[in-house]
Amino acid sequence: MSVENQVDSTGDVDSAGGAGSGGSNDERVRATSTAHRILGNPGLGAVAGAIVLFAFFSLYTAQFGSLAGAATWLDPASTLGIVAIAIAFLMIGGEFDLSAGVMTGSTGMLMGLLAVHWHWNIWLAMLGALVFAVLVGLLNGVLVVRTGLPSFIVTLGTFFVLQGLNQGVAQAITNTVRVDGINLASGYDSANTILGSSVTIRGVAFPVAIFWWVGLTIVGAWILTRTRLGNWVFSVGGDATAARSVGVPVAATKIGLFVSTAVMAWLVGMMTALRFTSVTSAQGVGLELQYIIAAVVGGCLLTGGAGSIVGASVGALIFGMAQIGIPYAGWNSNWFFLFLGVMLLIAVFANDVMRRRFRDRGA
Amino acid sequence: MSESSMELDSVSKYFGSVIALKDVSFHADPNEVTCILGDNGAGKSTLIKILSGFHRPDEGRLLVGGEEKTFHSPRDARAAGIATVYQDLAMVPLMSIWRNFFLGAEPRKGRWPFRYFDLEGAKQIATDEIARMGIMIRDAEQPVSTLSGGERQSVATARAVYFGAKVLILDEPTAALGVRQAGVVLKYIIRARERGLTVIFITHNPSHAHLVGDRFVLLNRGRSIGEYRRDEISKDELLTKMAGGAELDELSHEITELEASMRSAETGTTKA
Repeated sequence: MSVENQVDSTGDVDSAGGAGSGGSNDERVRATSTAHRILGNPGLGAVAGAIVLFAFFSLYTAQFGSLAGAATWLDPASTLGIVAIAIAFLMIGGEFDLSAGVMTGSTGMLMGLLAVHWHWNIWLAMLGALVFAVLVGLLNGVLVVRTGLPSFIVTLGTFFVLQGLNQGVAQAITNTVRVDGINLASGYDSANTILGSSVTIRGVAFPVAIFWWVGLTIVGAWILTRTRLGNWVFSVGGDATAARSVGVPVAATKIGLFVSTAVMAWLVGMMTALRFTSVTSAQGVGLELQYIIAAVVGGCLLTGGAGSIVGASVGALIFGMAQIGIPYAGWNSNWFFLFLGVMLLIAVFANDVMRRRFRDRGA
Repeated sequence: MSESSMELDSVSKYFGSVIALKDVSFHADPNEVTCILGDNGAGKSTLIKILSGFHRPDEGRLLVGGEEKTFHSPRDARAAGIATVYQDLAMVPLMSIWRNFFLGAEPRKGRWPFRYFDLEGAKQIATDEIARMGIMIRDAEQPVSTLSGGERQSVATARAVYFGAKVLILDEPTAALGVRQAGVVLKYIIRARERGLTVIFITHNPSHAHLVGDRFVLLNRGRSIGEYRRDEISKDELLTKMAGGAELDELSHEITELEASMRSAETGTTKA
């Protein structure tokens, strides 16, 4: 047992290396430097990983480090990151959402059907899909809060329901597994400019989703760390009973997090459907775990109560870089999944070490 | 009569056929520490629950500042300036001290939608208020999980005081603590008294009570068995009275008999 793990007179173990008993001049208090605090930041591991990955692929391949290369890996990172931000909030609030991936497909499919088969204006169709997303988010949230069941199971249920709906409805209405021709609907051009187009910088096209992602990361980080709502999110995931007893609206906060996750999935669903002008019924399936992995790589605890929005976005960036860097390097893209698994294990291990350091000693 | 004094007048509380409290009266004044002492089952928990608004007395009156009050919920009691610091302190271990301090009552600045949680102000106030309780925290950014039991108590108390508590009810704050940690808590009890609060300190530890108490109310089996000022009673008398002097005599008698009978049984076996 090291010096900071002395047992004090109460039998408590000062495992966290923080304050011991009795106030300021306790000889067992270990000084925490600024460096120590920065090293304790939950998003730091992800930032370090991203730098290493960038350096490696930039040196190993010619295109990766160029502006054009950056546009290719920022593209998948952006749509992943937008939902990963919402998932990070939800995980910090102590819950999961496995229906977020398929939701990008469901909302896209619904928007496509409304616009193509019922000839709605694209903006109205998007609004219709938004209402649907909010309702599903409410359903997830209310079911979890009211029943007290693990959100893992509840949203696994909605995941399958949505997947079944996507396939069943697409088959029944279009007789195929896809909806095409979204670009023919009225209002497509204006909607696509905002959500599905690209911005050309020095001859390289950057999808607008990248700018949305960066903006949402900044707004999300601000909300989490500098608003009352952010304080509530930390508290409902850290200790819901304690939060309730000091007046935090725990149920409303959690339901709001499920709704915001569904809305972010809707946003990405719209971006994808507009940009590719078609939606298949399999769209988004499997992404739910990637969102969670990005959030965990970014420092979110699986048990809730801690995490970082910037970290989750950097987690998504790592994904994008690996997904593009691996084929750039001339390796088989199947290695991507091996990489995913290793990243996840490293991140969970690192987070667990953090959690032990700041663990409640129990009372 | 002071605005923040608290008084119980012949209060009784029954749970079915169980008499939890019977005719208990006492009063607690500002700038004083009133200790409620009693062994397990003496009625301390019921008494706290009445004072903090969880239960309503079946008979008798509860007065705050000389006025009769009926609390329908702990929220009512809190609104009347009565803060109860329980052993589970309603804090989130992973969150920093200042975030916990203001949880549920975050100070905000700016206009919607740019209204934000005033972080710098919150950190400053939390650090200052905790310091006024006599606890120096090195850094308000520390998670609460890194604090010792006594420090957590003082943070919870500082929070209650900052948010307008006039009467502070401390439920066995030293029970789970070692000697040094208990010392931390006893010191902040004195600080709270010096700040003009009415402190009600519930404990089964006469040594701790005698160190800080101005007045002692003894409970036994749901009844008040005496109220003393500090200069009227010594620590040992407090202990004897609390355990019920007669009961303690009886206990020592029983133990002597038990030892004697065991000794004779032993001799019996050796003979056989």
